[in-house]
Amino acid sequence: MPILLVASIIVFIIGHSMPGDPASIMLGTEAADPEKLESARRQLGLDEPLAIQYFNWITGVVKGNLGVSLRTEKPIAKLILNRFPYTIELAIYALVISLIIAVPIGTLSAALDSRFLEWLVQLIMLAGMSIPAFWSGIVAILFFSVYLDVFPLVNFPHIWQAPGANLYSLFLPALVLAIPNAAVFTRMARSSSLETLEEDYIRTARSKGLSETRVLFKHLFKNALIPLVTLIGIRMGYLLGGSVIIEQVFSIPGLGRLGVQAIFQRDYPVFQSMVLIITTSFVIVNLIVDILYAYIDPRIRYS
Amino acid sequence: MNSDRTSISGYFQAGRRTLVKNKKGLVGFILLLLVVIGAVFAPFLTPYQPTEMNVLDKLKGPSFQHLLGTDRFGRDLLTRILYGIRTTLRISASSVLLSALVGSFIGILAAYSGGGIDTLIMRGMDILFAIPILLLAIAIAAIVKSGTLGAILAIGIVYVPIFARISRGPTLAVKEQSYIEAANATGQGSLSIIYRHVVPNVSAPIFVQITINLATAIIVESSLSFLGLGPTPPTPSLGVMISNGRNYLRLSPWPILVPGLGISTIILGFNLLGDALRETIDPKFKGTRTG
Repeated sequence: MPILLVASIIVFIIGHSMPGDPASIMLGTEAADPEKLESARRQLGLDEPLAIQYFNWITGVVKGNLGVSLRTEKPIAKLILNRFPYTIELAIYALVISLIIAVPIGTLSAALDSRFLEWLVQLIMLAGMSIPAFWSGIVAILFFSVYLDVFPLVNFPHIWQAPGANLYSLFLPALVLAIPNAAVFTRMARSSSLETLEEDYIRTARSKGLSETRVLFKHLFKNALIPLVTLIGIRMGYLLGGSVIIEQVFSIPGLGRLGVQAIFQRDYPVFQSMVLIITTSFVIVNLIVDILYAYIDPRIRYS
Repeated sequence: MNSDRTSISGYFQAGRRTLVKNKKGLVGFILLLLVVIGAVFAPFLTPYQPTEMNVLDKLKGPSFQHLLGTDRFGRDLLTRILYGIRTTLRISASSVLLSALVGSFIGILAAYSGGGIDTLIMRGMDILFAIPILLLAIAIAAIVKSGTLGAILAIGIVYVPIFARISRGPTLAVKEQSYIEAANATGQGSLSIIYRHVVPNVSAPIFVQITINLATAIIVESSLSFLGLGPTPPTPSLGVMISNGRNYLRLSPWPILVPGLGISTIILGFNLLGDALRETIDPKFKGTRTG
């Protein structure tokens, strides 16, 4: 909670440091009239001291009121409600895909002595860490949408309205976002599996005659994957931040696209809200991961 | 901790060992060498100017005249990526240097002061970590709004906490050593102790982090300029090239393929070199190959 509070102050400062006077941005050409400008400033609360402005804003936020857009003068909360599901879904979708890639390859490459798997780990690592996701996104569009036409560049249906079509249309963006993450997860899964394999209980399990598959599934996976859980919390930051760019690449109507457009329209309350919502989700995910971690690994207890 | 491994000369020895013994490091080094030579000597390597237009040759594929094809204004793509790499390297190197200087200063200061100051500083760093890096960079770039300088500041600031953390640990360890106590007893000032005894001991991990961070800084730099928050035309920028090329995807793939491959090559080079350095300096760390 204290982190969220301080983060909200930073977000507020960011929003207020954006170039341009919000009142004149809102009025456009009408800003030439000093009287109208003055009343707009009062309406936006800009005549108050900064601390009061922050207080007004944050109490509004707690009540679910994020203010109005300077461009459309519509409530931002409503705008975001439609957009946010895309962003969080994209991040979680990419998280799932990267786990599906990383867990089997990472653990098996450690447990089995396979040259192929080791090569595969190398490939994922180098590709994932060296190719920017926004570029591989455009290359994916080039091949799968323009040349092969497997993933047509359609509009993206909302998840509640058409879940199947939504998952299909978001597959390519999620995959692109997932690859750099899969690289990090694969490295972690592999190194922690290698460490776990050295543990006494694995030797005990093997020496008491358990089959290798049983050792792998019952003892190795369970223990080797624990460090991955904490990594998930950290990596959500990448996934949420990255989705801002991927939404831009694929023209997905998510929160990130809204926020980036807001920068260029100098609609600073919208941008500020976008940063706030994404940061809050990041903090909350980390909280959930911490709780989950204590639950999965009974050795960890938070005081 | 072995002082030979952590001192600056130790770092360069490790660097040499890395290039001689570690194939990955050598490949990374050669890739970077080629890229840097290409960027530095760009005016002598190509007969074209990065902004030179030729409408008759627009959106062409590779040919003998234009080795990597042309963009929608008929500008030579090879020339443009060479100049674009200059921009990218300038921005990423300046920003990583900025975050390394500021970050390690903060980290050393926190650890050396200890107590409440340490807690306060490191909590502040934690809060910067609470905002996703890319998002924070976008926000800072949007505020500063001045092309190249804005990008340098944005990327520089977001990586400060990493360098603060990296330099804090070794400083805490060094602080407990008896030679620091001895230096204190002989009446040396704190600054001189930090300069003579702490800095040499934290520099090796910082140098490794710089190499690795250059790779991620380039990703952030190209992402920012792709969004239009980096250097503005006529400064040639790889991210802007990709963003423009996207509109002509159906007509020609070259304007997006070429700059993207350029970016990825540099990042790959830094990643390979960084991994190899880390493996040599810290034998427990085995990057991509064995874990």
